[in-house]
Amino acid sequence: MATDCTLVAELRFLAAADRQRLIEALREAGYAVHGPRVQEGVIRYAPVERIEDLPRGWRDIQEPGRYRLRQTDENRLFAWAAPAASLKPLVFPPREILFHARRDADGRLRFEAADGAAPKLAVLGVRACDLAGLYLQDRHFLQGAHPDEAYRRRRRKLFLVAVHCAHPADTCFCAATGDGPVARYGFDLAISELEEGWLLEARSHAGQEILDALPTRAAGETQRKAAEAAFRQAAAAQRRRLPGGDLPARLGGRLDAELWQAVGRRCLACGNCTAVCPSCFCHAHVEETPLTGARTTRLRQWDSCFTAGHSLLHGRPVREDTASRYRQWLTHKLSGWHEQYGRSGCSGCGRCITWCPEGIDITAEAAAIAGEEA
Amino acid sequence: MSAKPRIAVHKFASCDGCQLAFLNAGEDLLTLAELVEIVHFPEAGPLDPAAKVDLAFVEGSVSTPEEAERIRAIRRHSRVLATLGACATAGGLQALRNFANAGEWLAGVYATPETVAALDTATPIREHVKVDFELWGCPVNGEQVLQAVRDVLFGVSPAIPDEKVCLDCKRRGNPCVLVTRGEPCMGPVTRTGCGALCPAMNRGCYACFGPAENPNTAAFANRLEGLGLLPDEVARRYHFITSQAPAFRAAGKKEAKDETP
Repeated sequence: MATDCTLVAELRFLAAADRQRLIEALREAGYAVHGPRVQEGVIRYAPVERIEDLPRGWRDIQEPGRYRLRQTDENRLFAWAAPAASLKPLVFPPREILFHARRDADGRLRFEAADGAAPKLAVLGVRACDLAGLYLQDRHFLQGAHPDEAYRRRRRKLFLVAVHCAHPADTCFCAATGDGPVARYGFDLAISELEEGWLLEARSHAGQEILDALPTRAAGETQRKAAEAAFRQAAAAQRRRLPGGDLPARLGGRLDAELWQAVGRRCLACGNCTAVCPSCFCHAHVEETPLTGARTTRLRQWDSCFTAGHSLLHGRPVREDTASRYRQWLTHKLSGWHEQYGRSGCSGCGRCITWCPEGIDITAEAAAIAGEEA
Repeated sequence: MSAKPRIAVHKFASCDGCQLAFLNAGEDLLTLAELVEIVHFPEAGPLDPAAKVDLAFVEGSVSTPEEAERIRAIRRHSRVLATLGACATAGGLQALRNFANAGEWLAGVYATPETVAALDTATPIREHVKVDFELWGCPVNGEQVLQAVRDVLFGVSPAIPDEKVCLDCKRRGNPCVLVTRGEPCMGPVTRTGCGALCPAMNRGCYACFGPAENPNTAAFANRLEGLGLLPDEVARRYHFITSQAPAFRAAGKKEAKDETP
């Protein structure tokens, strides 16, 4: 079935020469602005001052276990797929102080919460796959019985400028998960990028205010058609997909498959897939105590189901071998999440394929294990 | 007699670099001197190798007959014994002679080899006496060393990470040098503790913290060959500074053998 790539009726056109105005409008509204930048051989979110900071003309090449950039003379700023990191580090930092504890003169413990300030932050160029990842992070950190205060503080200060994706990588499969290439929710403002400029749509009150501050005019019907055609092509170009049908049931019936052992022999259990995954949320608590012993700092840091420590129960890891850890990751992501959070944990961004040093492909493994030809 | 815990820092075959974790600790060195009594630490001054201590750090591998004797004596009068760095924990660079004819090397280097009392092998402390905990790295991470001292003073086992360098590398937000540049980075099989220092400086990890828990050395050897390394080059990546860690010793031997026609 073809992916629905229609755009909303109300689209405004911002000429390429005026793109800087968006950054200015966001700064005037009090936001620190992060956007995609070329740094250390990757495209990643970082603070941006000027529109020239964005990766104009840059393309990415993403394959299993391989990421490269190349430059073209195109006038586009978003002609690439998933950046090296998703939104995750911005709302769920890799390492975060939770609290300090100190012993006072009477020998009693005193606790003080970590600094809770979170700045207003706008992020430019967010893909539909990462908005789905953020939705899943929200489900985990905000919508349970005990919402995470630190996460909430950062999350509510986010202003998200989506970019409907016209340039999927070889590793992408958002069309198959139903999350892209056109963003459907979770953004304030969205961009459809054409060579001559942007088609803009607002989805929130804050987004509408920014849009109103920009020198736009009504988008033409030809422009809309060109954008929609590009998104349809972006969906059609994707070769990978997850197995269809009732995947939780199919994987659940294959927990003893020999194929887990086979992937366990290739997997390095390095945890890179879980670190780059926009939805993986597992973390560990660690303690840092200065030599004096008078105070201590409790930190939360990213953990991974691929470490022994993650499955340590009563001093022994429950999942000792890599096959069992890979099985935990894949079955949790693709079936456990349905029960926990009402949908699959995968949004098709393809990062776990690109950033796996062995190039292990979640779509191929899931298909093989579910008993389907890849 | 002082009621403070007593600490010793012993030196075996090594470059002395790991002892700098203490000497370069700045203010923490003063704090340490207040918290404990440093009874033996030749590089810093105090000399009393036979003193009974609560915590003994051992830097260096066992490389001479004298060292093989001395480590047993140290174990007898140390309540807790810890290794300090790659040499003590996994042999160090000098352990490369374990894969060669040590006598030939000695004769090739020294004019009067008969005056050098060296064993044919350089071996980790673990192969000689019981070790209570091991601090890896070439050199060690100074913060990790002081945290371990703190933990021992609290009476708990030091929490020494055994996960892969990649975990810390991704936490730091480093772009993977293997995936972006094809750099043969050893991070996916190596224990963290350095905080992914080398990849943060845009170079590959050289495995100075030794193997992580559950290292898939065989699959990673294939990957390194896929990046263009010859089996002998892969062998030398496993047989470098931490070659006497069992997982790396076996992995390197397998690669070296694979190359033999």
